Amino acid sequence: MKRQFLSSVLFAALAAAIIPSAFVLAQTGAAPAASKPAPAAKAATAKTEKAWTPKKTPWGDPDLQGVWNDATSTPLQRPAGKGEAVLNEEQADQFAEQLANDLSRDRRDGGNEVDVNRAYNEHWMDARRLKITQDRRTSLIVDPPDGRIPPTVQISPERQKLRAERNAAAARFNAGMPDVATELSLPIRCIIRTDSPPYLPTIYNNDFQIFQSPGYVVIGPEMIHSARIIPLDGRPHLGPTLKQWLGDTRGHFEGNTLVIETTNFRPDDGTVYQGANPDTFKITERFTRVADDAINYEFTVSDPLTWTKPWTAMVPWTKIDPKEQMYEYMCHEDNFDIVHLLSGARAREKNPALNLQQPTKTR
Amino acid sequence: MRTRVWRVITPLGFAVIVAVVWLLPVAGQQARPTPQASAFPAYKAPRLDGHPDLNGIWQAFVTANIDLEDHEAQSGPYPEMLGAYGGWPAGQSIVEGGTIPYKPEALAKKKQNVANRMKVDVSNDKTWHDLGDPEMKCYMPGIPRATYMPFPFQIVQGTSPYILMAYEFATATRTIRMDWKQEAPTDTWMGWSRGHWEGDTLVVDVTGQREETWFDRAGNYHSDMLHVVERFTPASAYHLMYEATIEDPKVYTRPWKISFPLYRRTEKNLQLLEYKCVPWTEEMLYGKFKKGTK
Repeated sequence: MKRQFLSSVLFAALAAAIIPSAFVLAQTGAAPAASKPAPAAKAATAKTEKAWTPKKTPWGDPDLQGVWNDATSTPLQRPAGKGEAVLNEEQADQFAEQLANDLSRDRRDGGNEVDVNRAYNEHWMDARRLKITQDRRTSLIVDPPDGRIPPTVQISPERQKLRAERNAAAARFNAGMPDVATELSLPIRCIIRTDSPPYLPTIYNNDFQIFQSPGYVVIGPEMIHSARIIPLDGRPHLGPTLKQWLGDTRGHFEGNTLVIETTNFRPDDGTVYQGANPDTFKITERFTRVADDAINYEFTVSDPLTWTKPWTAMVPWTKIDPKEQMYEYMCHEDNFDIVHLLSGARAREKNPALNLQQPTKTR
Repeated sequence: MRTRVWRVITPLGFAVIVAVVWLLPVAGQQARPTPQASAFPAYKAPRLDGHPDLNGIWQAFVTANIDLEDHEAQSGPYPEMLGAYGGWPAGQSIVEGGTIPYKPEALAKKKQNVANRMKVDVSNDKTWHDLGDPEMKCYMPGIPRATYMPFPFQIVQGTSPYILMAYEFATATRTIRMDWKQEAPTDTWMGWSRGHWEGDTLVVDVTGQREETWFDRAGNYHSDMLHVVERFTPASAYHLMYEATIEDPKVYTRPWKISFPLYRRTEKNLQLLEYKCVPWTEEMLYGKFKKGTK
């Protein structure tokens, strides 16, 4: 019998890596880096886009079909101290080496506890996530020019309360003491994972298969086996009372670029990126095939109830080797982790000697 | 007068007898509403990239998800709570010949499945999948069950060597690899589908399915030896004929066949909607581990 090879403690590392939690938001939003605006990244991208014309499907749409991978070590936000948006080759080599070293799970220099966490090692990870983007950028964010998520706004007392509840649940999880399945994060519950837009690289399974048929583009994210079916016929969005975990997407082509826009997200806290407010959260994604084996994936998100202004990131997608395939990612069917997490917590309640000495490290 | 009557009656009676004798054995087999391509005038599907274009949102309207074989109307579970909300309609078998040719020992397992279909126990990794209909647990349904669940599914056919079938239930999907040599690398819930065209028919060979999926709520099941060959044949602009041959030497005495039509959903702006049923199963599956339980 096959099963997910994850113990609860090890899973904490994975969860922390892929859960867009308010906890992460608090960290990232609090430390805007002092860096000079450098719009070079966008200019470089635009130049490449013009150089190549994608082939068309028989019905005339730009052809995006294939299996693509978005893994990279380039961080979403520019690290503090990195002034440049784009590095020269020498700087880029250094940056890449540093990131690869930081991200590697095959290191043995962290002491016992970190070592145990890293037992979920490189064997399970996507090796492509240890390489920086080919265009040598220091952040995936291209706007604002400082490469950082804009400062957050004061959130309503109601949402503060929700966020506090979620943070408390996250703290219980980190301490190995979750109360109930429904307080675990959506990825751990196998409800949504990397299929929730925006698509950002994670530790593994960074694949997306694009299918096209007349009138549709369909994106199949590896996690979790959902099909994002995008009508191109200009039909209106679903009615305002019909909400979905993954929202409702409509698209059209602007030249060679697929532009899609998604609304109708469910109101559950945590459904949309970094705990933004689902009702006011807006996301536009653009897919431009810039080479036979490359798509530029760019997204802009905005939410006046979360960030002071919209922000945009560009993540390069690379076509995977045809010898590789995207296989079914099942999750809920063998979700041993929830049982282990909860039964572990109940065992700790009975025997405090089993308690973790300190919360699980995220990496 | 009399002779005249007999002159009419005799040949008529003879014809009736002949007809009855002729039709009797046939009637026994054909009483089931199997779809017949001949019910439709000859049809040639429109082409896409040289192949029949099967794109669209399709749905079966059989009750086979309750039971592949003949079944009476039932109250469904907990009628004291659900009343007629929980009722399951009657339906006729979609199995050719009416019944599934189980080996005698395998039939016992099917009966056990029915008795256990609403029980779950996920406290032990090894016996995790022993109890309960996977549908009730919101697990991916496998093939052919995904095709006749009471939900629409969309065929997305383009020009790549892949055809996508996206199912509304549990947001399950499967990719059909066209003219593909590679065997299933491992077992999965939706299996390993390889397709090719035979005239206007899309033939899909499905192997590598997890043994834990069931065919219906009646506990009809298979082993890890399951091999399904499906045929999707356009019969009109609005119908696909679906046929699946099911083979599993561990469980059945011979291969057997199911067939039914798929209907095109034609409502304006119709789209597949989310049916993410996982949250509805969490209390049932994990409730015994929550805080405050023993």
